[in-house]
Amino acid sequence: MSPRVVFPNKILPYALLLPQLVIVGIFFYWPASQALYQSVLREDPFGLRTTFVGMRNFQRVLADPNYLNAVENTAIFSIAVAFFAMSIALLLAVMADKIIKGKGIYRTMLIWPYAIAPAIAGMVWLFMFNPAMGTFAFMLRSAGYAWDPLLKGDQAMILVIAAAAWKQISYNFLFFVAGLQAIPKTLIEAAAIDGAGETKRFWTIIFPLLAPTTFFLLVINTTYAFFDTFGIIHAVTGGGPGKSTETLVYKVYHDGFVNLILGDSAAQSVILMVIVIVLTAIQFRYVEKKVHYG
Amino acid sequence: MAEAAAVNGKSTAAKLGRREEGNMLGVSRTSRYIAHAVLILGVLIVAFPIYYTFVASTHSLQTILRPPLPLLPGDRFFENYYQTLFGGVGRIGGVPASTLLFNTLVMALGIAIGKIAISVLSAFAIVFFRFPGRMVFFWIIFITLMLPVEVRILPTYKVMVDLGLIDTYAGLILPLIASATATLLFRQFFLTIPGELIEAARVDGAGPWRFFKDILMPLSKTNIAALFVIMFIYGWTQYLWPLLVTNSNSMNTIVIALRKMISFADADTQWHLVMVTAVLAMLPPILVVLFMQRWFVKGLVETEK
Repeated sequence: MSPRVVFPNKILPYALLLPQLVIVGIFFYWPASQALYQSVLREDPFGLRTTFVGMRNFQRVLADPNYLNAVENTAIFSIAVAFFAMSIALLLAVMADKIIKGKGIYRTMLIWPYAIAPAIAGMVWLFMFNPAMGTFAFMLRSAGYAWDPLLKGDQAMILVIAAAAWKQISYNFLFFVAGLQAIPKTLIEAAAIDGAGETKRFWTIIFPLLAPTTFFLLVINTTYAFFDTFGIIHAVTGGGPGKSTETLVYKVYHDGFVNLILGDSAAQSVILMVIVIVLTAIQFRYVEKKVHYG
Repeated sequence: MAEAAAVNGKSTAAKLGRREEGNMLGVSRTSRYIAHAVLILGVLIVAFPIYYTFVASTHSLQTILRPPLPLLPGDRFFENYYQTLFGGVGRIGGVPASTLLFNTLVMALGIAIGKIAISVLSAFAIVFFRFPGRMVFFWIIFITLMLPVEVRILPTYKVMVDLGLIDTYAGLILPLIASATATLLFRQFFLTIPGELIEAARVDGAGPWRFFKDILMPLSKTNIAALFVIMFIYGWTQYLWPLLVTNSNSMNTIVIALRKMISFADADTQWHLVMVTAVLAMLPPILVVLFMQRWFVKGLVETEK
């Protein structure tokens, strides 16, 4: 980067930064530092006394079977959502890359769910699959399958995974389409002339060249499954039945706002912060490599 | 994919006479038909739940409660929509959906405009000025990228209570614009603006404000439009934050109200009105995405990479 030409003003830049710094300070740094502080404190049940307990909140949280259950649920949920949302989107994007007519129409028809709130996506799927009057639940049961996501934990998990993955297909589709367009057509034509069939061309040329896009989407989808899907869990299952769909973010919310165990909730927040920082660091390394500053 | 190629096993480049814009060599007609079939199936999976929600919103409660639901819209369109929009729904305190839509609109616009405004200004300061502490400020803003509001809900909620921002629009909007994404995007874009432009502006006697207003803003129009769409949808689809920060029914966003309307425990959920509310909650962001599709797709794919 060549040395930039700049304005010689000395006070103006501070004034320009002020609005963002004020908002970030009050609504980000203050609460984030509170979370760190709370995570090493323990309040008695009446909120009368607060004692410093060091790392004990973390130890208790990490030893809590309910927390480990939430870790497991989050892992299953995130992997399944990322896998289904990405593989379906990739299949559709590869198909869209082959056709000549109607690309625009398909894209328009496929991007709708991007605009839909995760919670609404969840409620719509629940409407179709709820045991009382859901049409698809009715069909499943007519086919002899004991379907009741409100009582059976694994079926509840399948339902929230389906809703979460469904909502994310559009986003992944757009990125895969862009990624496919960036692959030089000459490479693929050369392989075609050499007699490589479509499957072979996909696995040996297209898929490896898509790796940056795939990796980027993997991080984005993981972040999405971790955080943005709170609405789906809260609206559809409320973490239940039992605790079979309780994810990490849901547990932070539930322990903090419903059970009011502030120390544990704060310690969980801090653990989540660490996870996000790692994810962001991975993502940013990738972004830095891809972007060329002028 | 696999079956497409199996059918296409014999196809070679030589067989393909037709080569059109954007088409590549070695894709046979058969595999193109299969591609269309897969895409149509994909569209069905993606669009069907939305269509079905609309269908449900035009039927009576009795029809909905007796599955399976018909595949075609019913005759209760006007009744159901009128009752939801202006009549109010019992379970959420009789608040009409028009109030909820207004709240959500204020929140989405506030987040989109607020975030863009503060980000443009701070990116402008960081890129076009040199002043002590510049990198410190950049990092202070940058770090916020790492922690979504979901991670720090409880302490942020306490701040809201202390500042008296519960059940206010400011409480809905401000914490969600405290993040760095937009600032980073504008910084990236500003860095691509050639130095000669600034030099020329300075030679012509333009101060920072003239440069900002007459050169920088017109150049950023596309980026601002794209970011506006993305932020509008982000604001419209928020769930956790409005859930915490609104207590009164008349301050709910439409997504939260929808959740409150549904109960599987008792049988008096008014599903026909729930479905109308769902359609009303989905429609505005879908329209924004469809009408601003070109900007939005370009902005999304280019800015997030």
